[in-house]
Amino acid sequence: MSKVIKLKKGLDINLKGKAELALTEASGIAEAEISIKPSDFPCMKPALKVKEGDKVKAGSVLFTDKYRPEICFCSPVSGTVAEIRRAERRRITDIVVKGDGASEYEKFDTVNVNSKDAAKELLLKSGVWPYLRQRPFNIIADPQSEFKAVYVSTFDSAPLAPDYQFILKDQVAEFQAGVDILGKIAPVYLGLDAKVKDNIFAGVKCKEINSFDGPHPAGNAGVQISHIIPVNKGENVIVVNPQDVAIIGRLVKNGIYDAKKTVVIAGSKVNKPQYIKTIANISVAPLISGNIDADNARIISGNVLTGTKIDEKGFLGFYDNAITVIPEGNYYDFFGWALPGFKKFSVSRTFFSWLTPKKQYDLDTNMHGEERAYVVTGTYEKLLPMDILPLQLIKAILAENIELMEDLGIYEVAEEDFALCEFADTSKTEIQAIIRKGLDLMVAESR
Amino acid sequence: MKALRKYLDKIKPNFQEGGKFSKLKSTFGAFESFFFVPDKVTTKGAHIRDNMDMKRNMTAVIIALLPALFFGMWNTGSFHYQSLGENPGFWSEFFYGLGQVFPIIVVSYVSGLFLEFLFAQIRKEEVNEGFLVTGLLIPMIVPVDVPLWMVAVATMFAVLIGKEVFGGTGMNIVNPALLARAFLFFAYPSKMSGDKVWIAGMGDPETKIVDGFSGATPLADLANTGSTHYSIADQFFGFIPGAIGETSTLCILIGAVILIWTGVASWKIMISGVAGLLLTGLLINAVGSSYDISSLKDASEIARVNYLNTPFWQHLILGGFAFGIVFMATDPVTAAQTETGKWIYGFLIGAMVLLVRVINPAFPEGVMLAILFGNICAPLIDHIIIRQNIKRRLKRAKTN
Repeated sequence: MSKVIKLKKGLDINLKGKAELALTEASGIAEAEISIKPSDFPCMKPALKVKEGDKVKAGSVLFTDKYRPEICFCSPVSGTVAEIRRAERRRITDIVVKGDGASEYEKFDTVNVNSKDAAKELLLKSGVWPYLRQRPFNIIADPQSEFKAVYVSTFDSAPLAPDYQFILKDQVAEFQAGVDILGKIAPVYLGLDAKVKDNIFAGVKCKEINSFDGPHPAGNAGVQISHIIPVNKGENVIVVNPQDVAIIGRLVKNGIYDAKKTVVIAGSKVNKPQYIKTIANISVAPLISGNIDADNARIISGNVLTGTKIDEKGFLGFYDNAITVIPEGNYYDFFGWALPGFKKFSVSRTFFSWLTPKKQYDLDTNMHGEERAYVVTGTYEKLLPMDILPLQLIKAILAENIELMEDLGIYEVAEEDFALCEFADTSKTEIQAIIRKGLDLMVAESR
Repeated sequence: MKALRKYLDKIKPNFQEGGKFSKLKSTFGAFESFFFVPDKVTTKGAHIRDNMDMKRNMTAVIIALLPALFFGMWNTGSFHYQSLGENPGFWSEFFYGLGQVFPIIVVSYVSGLFLEFLFAQIRKEEVNEGFLVTGLLIPMIVPVDVPLWMVAVATMFAVLIGKEVFGGTGMNIVNPALLARAFLFFAYPSKMSGDKVWIAGMGDPETKIVDGFSGATPLADLANTGSTHYSIADQFFGFIPGAIGETSTLCILIGAVILIWTGVASWKIMISGVAGLLLTGLLINAVGSSYDISSLKDASEIARVNYLNTPFWQHLILGGFAFGIVFMATDPVTAAQTETGKWIYGFLIGAMVLLVRVINPAFPEGVMLAILFGNICAPLIDHIIIRQNIKRRLKRAKTN
């Protein structure tokens, strides 16, 4: 069964700095530093299993989740635990491993993984389980839960996002292997980009494949799920990124945690936007040094709408497949709100940039205004292709009204689904942070 | 502009916490961000942001109001000289009107912004831009002869009771500009209705009005006599007496196009408002045509039936309907906030306008009351729409 679902709501932001479809191999990744950042995992508290100076292999456990100790977080490289960085109140910010270039792997037994429990156990101990995130709450899937589906959106519609048709074109077999083992946990659903001809994922064997046609956020798993298998109260769906499915596939095929991945380096501050073959959680310095204009630049792990701000010595986020570099917007704009604005991108047509809809924009990080009360209505609704009342849900979260949040569909949403609402918000509030707060409240309520 | 930036940076510390003018922090912030969009950058979430902000939003509304405002100024002068039997030419008429209208605008802004700045400082918030529109709407919906002190009192009443007591911008239940008008209407009815208030200078007994000149609005004519001497074209283009900004349907339409094209105001409210008025109008026409006029003897009864039979579409260009549905009903804070709710809300207002105008003999004009009624019903409408969304979700959960 396959449907093409047309989505009208949303927005494609045409940014400068799109990467060419050509692959570079990053040099020296086996010796690079990597770091797993606990902050990538909401509602998780790390329980360290290593100390500084310990030798680890790729696949060795670095820490587990205090709340759900069966979830392991493993090193993607072999090397030495170089540093455990802490912030105020000894909160762990980074667990840094320095690669030794030896590429030694922990071996996992992958034969006879036939049952659901065996599959769960393999994914848990090998450190790939954290790639499985669940709706509701957008946290790491709870191994104790029953799931009604595993959902993989095979495309990313965000601005300057990586093209998985290109990245995974030689890894369809690994992808299939990943889908197969995930299928033991729950039926696997794929979401395809309807605009792509000869889709490499079209032949993947799974429960159901549907296509989506429309602007961003059509590629968001949460948006697609809401049209195919909406999450009701008490139900759980696993969401996995396609490149992470391939990593899981390699685990099944080769018995090792092989976290190689291809990331896109893009944005207007990148000299030569490109795809780089590298490894998960790596320090971004070797990937971007020499290739970006670092003067007053915002380096983002992830895309411009949902990514995390990092510095030149930062690390690629656990779920990120892109590094985006754009200009900082720390300037005063003289009468910026009053001038015609032929070059200023806006969803509304109050700026005359509507005359040039096809133009590529070089957007910076300026807020373009100050935080205000919620006055304007109807903007969010045009950017969220789900049966959700966005403004009402946001207000319910701000009021910490758990029952109303539940009624208004908090179980179906993730921060990223509201990224465009935040982008276009006239009141300049941090909507994704508000949604996260709501999800955290719900998790706290359910624990 | 660099010099201005330098100067602002130099004096800024005085207005921060601990500075000698820290009590004026919000005021300084308002002026600073008036000249410069701040250098504040994003930290997480969406790293890029739309250029649109509240200032831009409100500016778009003000630009949309300008055609009607300028027309209103000219019209004020035009009718003033007509009442004297003079014809001094376009520019004299315009400048006379400017001289009459401008003080009302100044009083409205000064009295309202004073309270806005005061409350922003008390709450330690930034000054919200909402009053920029309210402050211009108030002068445009009052008769030109209204005493300035009444404008000041009404504006302060509306800002205080209509907005600040509910928590400020974004929290108010009814449209503050309409509340100011309603306050004037019920507190000082002699200055807000009748045949004399719409023409500048006509209320003054010293003024020598030419014989046969009446300052009554066509809507009042129709309500009282069942007919008016103003042509349809006069009513559409706005060559009629009325509140300062409401007379020209054409200029308001230009504003409506700006609002809809820029996406600032809801076209759904405007369209459903017009639909509500037209459908109710058809119903009223049907009632009117069921009377046999030749069998009626009482002149006032004949006038009533004639009023019932006023073509339904004519109500679109009469009185304040166009202005109200384009600029007042679409205020996003007081309108329904759900997209489906906006259809119901607009329709309700359109229908209520005609019911008050035609069925209720106490008020010749129903727009103000209809929109206030709509404002009060909006949360209820939203509640129903939200409940439906919740029910859909629950039903889906059960069928699975």
